[in-house]
Amino acid sequence: MRIVHSWLNELAPLGDDIDNIAATLTDLGLAVEEIIHVGATVDGVITARVVRTERHPDAAKVHRVYVDAGDGRERHVWCGAFNMQAGDIVPLATPGTAMPDGRVIEPKPILGIQSDGMLCSARELGLGNDHAGIVILPEGTPLGKPYGEALGVAPETVYDLDVTRNLPDCFGHLGVARQVAARLGVPLTAPIATVSASAGAPTRQATVELVDGDRCARFTSTVISGVHVTSSPNWIAQRLAAAGMRSINNVVDVSNYVMLELNQPNHAYDLDTLGGEGFRVRLSLDGETMVTLDGVERMLTADDLLICDATDTPIGIGGIMGGLDSEISEKTSTIALEMAWFEPIAIAKTATRLGLRSEASLRFDRGVDPHGMPLAIARFVALLRLTCPDLVVHDGMVDAQSVRLPTAAVIDVRVARVNALLGTSLTSGQIIELISGLGFTSSGADTLTVSVPSWRPDCTIEVDIIEEVARQYGYANVGKTVPKSAMHGRLSPVQVRRRRLRDVVLGLGLNEAMPNPFLADDDLVRAGLIGPALQIVNSLVAEESVLRTSLRPGLLKAVAFNESHRRAGASLFEIGNVYPPGDGELPDEFEQLAVVLAGRDAVAAMQVWREVAAAMGFGARVDQSNPPAGLHPTRSATLSLGRDAIGVVGEVHPDVLDAYGVDERVAVLELNLSVLLANEAKVPMWKPTSRFPSSDLDLAFATPYSVTAEKVEKAIKQAAGPLLVDVVLFDVYSGAGLPADSRSLAYRLRLQALDRTLSETELTDLRNKVVAGVAKLGAALR
Amino acid sequence: MIEEVKQAGEDALARISAAKTADEVRALEAELLGKRGPFATFKTGLGSLSTVDEKRAAGQAVNEATTAVAAGVERRRIELAAAERLIQLAAERLDLTEVMSRPRRGHAHVVTQAWERLEDVFIGLGFQVAEGPHVETDWYNFEALNMPVDHPARSMHDTFYVEHGDPGSSVLRTHTSPVQIRVMQTLPPPIYMIMPGRVFRNETTDATHLAVFHQLEGLVIDRGITLADLAGTIDAFTKAFFGADFGSRLRPSYFPFTEPSAEFDIQTPSGEWLELGGSGMVHPNVLRAGGLDPEEWSGFAFGFGIDRMAKERHAIGDLREMYSNDLRFVEQF
Repeated sequence: MRIVHSWLNELAPLGDDIDNIAATLTDLGLAVEEIIHVGATVDGVITARVVRTERHPDAAKVHRVYVDAGDGRERHVWCGAFNMQAGDIVPLATPGTAMPDGRVIEPKPILGIQSDGMLCSARELGLGNDHAGIVILPEGTPLGKPYGEALGVAPETVYDLDVTRNLPDCFGHLGVARQVAARLGVPLTAPIATVSASAGAPTRQATVELVDGDRCARFTSTVISGVHVTSSPNWIAQRLAAAGMRSINNVVDVSNYVMLELNQPNHAYDLDTLGGEGFRVRLSLDGETMVTLDGVERMLTADDLLICDATDTPIGIGGIMGGLDSEISEKTSTIALEMAWFEPIAIAKTATRLGLRSEASLRFDRGVDPHGMPLAIARFVALLRLTCPDLVVHDGMVDAQSVRLPTAAVIDVRVARVNALLGTSLTSGQIIELISGLGFTSSGADTLTVSVPSWRPDCTIEVDIIEEVARQYGYANVGKTVPKSAMHGRLSPVQVRRRRLRDVVLGLGLNEAMPNPFLADDDLVRAGLIGPALQIVNSLVAEESVLRTSLRPGLLKAVAFNESHRRAGASLFEIGNVYPPGDGELPDEFEQLAVVLAGRDAVAAMQVWREVAAAMGFGARVDQSNPPAGLHPTRSATLSLGRDAIGVVGEVHPDVLDAYGVDERVAVLELNLSVLLANEAKVPMWKPTSRFPSSDLDLAFATPYSVTAEKVEKAIKQAAGPLLVDVVLFDVYSGAGLPADSRSLAYRLRLQALDRTLSETELTDLRNKVVAGVAKLGAALR
Repeated sequence: MIEEVKQAGEDALARISAAKTADEVRALEAELLGKRGPFATFKTGLGSLSTVDEKRAAGQAVNEATTAVAAGVERRRIELAAAERLIQLAAERLDLTEVMSRPRRGHAHVVTQAWERLEDVFIGLGFQVAEGPHVETDWYNFEALNMPVDHPARSMHDTFYVEHGDPGSSVLRTHTSPVQIRVMQTLPPPIYMIMPGRVFRNETTDATHLAVFHQLEGLVIDRGITLADLAGTIDAFTKAFFGADFGSRLRPSYFPFTEPSAEFDIQTPSGEWLELGGSGMVHPNVLRAGGLDPEEWSGFAFGFGIDRMAKERHAIGDLREMYSNDLRFVEQF
């Protein structure tokens, strides 16, 4: 919201300390995003008369303009705009002029012909956004003079404010002035007036039929004749420009001016073209269309509100935008002025559905003053009278209201509650004083009865008033205390374990990735992961329309990406949520750890699993009988805990690697952390270390592939009993000397007793037991 | 005889000093000090001396010579060992900058690093850490947070809807605030809790906006919690996280779930103000949705982006790069 400094000052004498006013605005919650200086004239830009224009055969986009800057000398400039003709007076930036955008005008030649300066658009002079053509100055403007004098341009400061929803009145200058004046303790000098019919004016009425009083709770119509459409006084045009609106004509400008000042959107219709000389406010029909002011045809629904003329022809979307056909024209002499109150939520819905956020909808959506019309009409009339001194306000003004028109709220505010919430010790008198400047009238002592001004529909409960008190008192004055926490800060056990897990995995040399949790439709299928997945109803792009049910696709994409950037062998992990659908109120979302080791085989993944399991106290059965989906059929296993699968380990299926464009083999480990981290980690218990020497036994077994190494290891442990302190698989061999379906597994056993040195006899005995135990599996000592 | 002994001693010492290797020294030791060595022979010859005095004097000479030779052997052995070690050390010379590969540690994601730093600061301030689901019901994400169905603030949230349950009933949470409600519903006050986590906004991504990012939210509910407590807590956090020479302020603002609401800014030591996040006193409707009586309990909440903290700390030019999973990026941090 652009708030113009001189305008603000007209409504309250705030002075010219721009920085202080800006700081006050921000401190009040009207954050100043930018302070903009407009209207400062540019030194070196002078008035000049167009003598003649001339095309150059080799220049299509520019033409040659010859101007006279009052010294009788003909100056030549190249110009890209074609809106001037001989006799027009235009602003000429002479060579050496520093423009507001930082450019310095140089005699830059085009086609070898010098340009003796530049003709300026409004935007180039910082006068507004108009860049369509060169500014044409009024006839009779003296030549060779600074253009500012001719335009009557005065320097102006604009505060660009971020106005929040809870300050609806601050979409008008008056609301902002009221806030600042209350804080600075200066009086509000806002216009106070009501309108009455001109003396002796005949009755002339634009009727109003409120068919839907729920959506439009107040609709006033005022007929004003004796209007002639002309241009606005300079100061109005300039204030509008500073506020970011283009000057159109005196009637439209006054309409906008009243909206920007009093936050009351309004619309002036040409009474002579208003069908049936009246208004009908009703809901639209499904599929009804109308062309709005911006020239766009809008398709409406039964949930949108239409302003129609008395013959039921739509002439505007209520509270949002007028129709193209209802605009006033140069011929207009009598207007019907609409000022209304629309139900905010419905306005927001229609504006959102139509994607049409107008100045009016912005204000009605937040809530305008339901009782502000009389003042706004008076202000409209007074301002229009500046250009139409003979205008007549006709008797017969209509003020149609429904029972849905909000009435001013009265709220009980407990002084103790104010102080308890803010940490202040304000008296009831101080509280009354703080908010009285905003228009809140209060009475009472311990509990105040506060009447909310009609322009503050956002205030409905006690805490709304407390916020007003805090804002006016100043957040900085509330002070800083620290609550005494009765708690001790800590991570939960699950969070502690998650951090430990991450540290362990990082220590194994894996890098943490965070792929997008959104997948393309076929990503899961390409990964061999078939099963339902949640669709995002309104995804931005098809590549991100499904919620992942596995971390694997994201990590495979990351591997492929790194491969394509000459970083083969990426070792990555992610700890993140996956979102399988479920039958509950929420999906079966759970946390997963996934590890991918590019260029490594399944055993590398098993090594990671073993180390993670040892560090975290995880345990699981490695079950290779049913290869998990998407993994290598002979190089992968399910990790099971009881009957539940808690993860997978192995290698990604080569078909999947092909589908993801990954060249290396990829080892993978996935764990369900929602299960694993929930279990408390086992605390390792002390085992005494022996003072006696240990003995090592190396044993190699020819083992059929149907017998896993894990089983052999278990058999060794079982047979050797407590004297076995360590067993390590140190060699795997297959080939010559072994049956085709077998391999040799070589183990080193370390045997040791706590209380003695083991004798040769004992060792022989243990060896025999182990060999016999393993033989039961069908594995023979080599 | 004494002269002979002395001479033999000197000869022996000369030979020992001339020995070039440990083996030579060992051979000399056996030859000179062995049972058939010159000094053993002298010892046996003592008996042939005539007088006791002569015997004693010669015996002493033999002992002295034997001791001297043994010491010489030991000395030469040490000398040679030291020389050999010196040669070995010289030969083992290594240029320590000839590093061909090294064990690589893994790199935690830059957002994880910021996340954990923030958690640690709040833990130090007495906070615990809560989490919640990413897919939320409309009720937890909006309605319980004082944004009923038609509330205009909803449109600011650019929500992703998920096809689960009734149409429109499931969303990807647009903020971490639903966890506030879950915490209030499950834990009795006092509550001193932060809620870091992943959030989702249906926005086109660019260098400063992501559709998937991370927030950290704080919630304090206790008896007699005030706006001043919020200001003080923000200040304590600012000083603990950014440094003792940083300042903070609250500025009035608007959020549906808090009132009074405030933006909070931090001030750098050079005096510059930076917008950090939103905050405010928990709205009575939100307390009620959490099952708490606003007359008995009051509290404050605050929140800000984690990704931005990482971006600012490392001067990362483009937020999207943080999620590229490009090892050339990951390994920088």
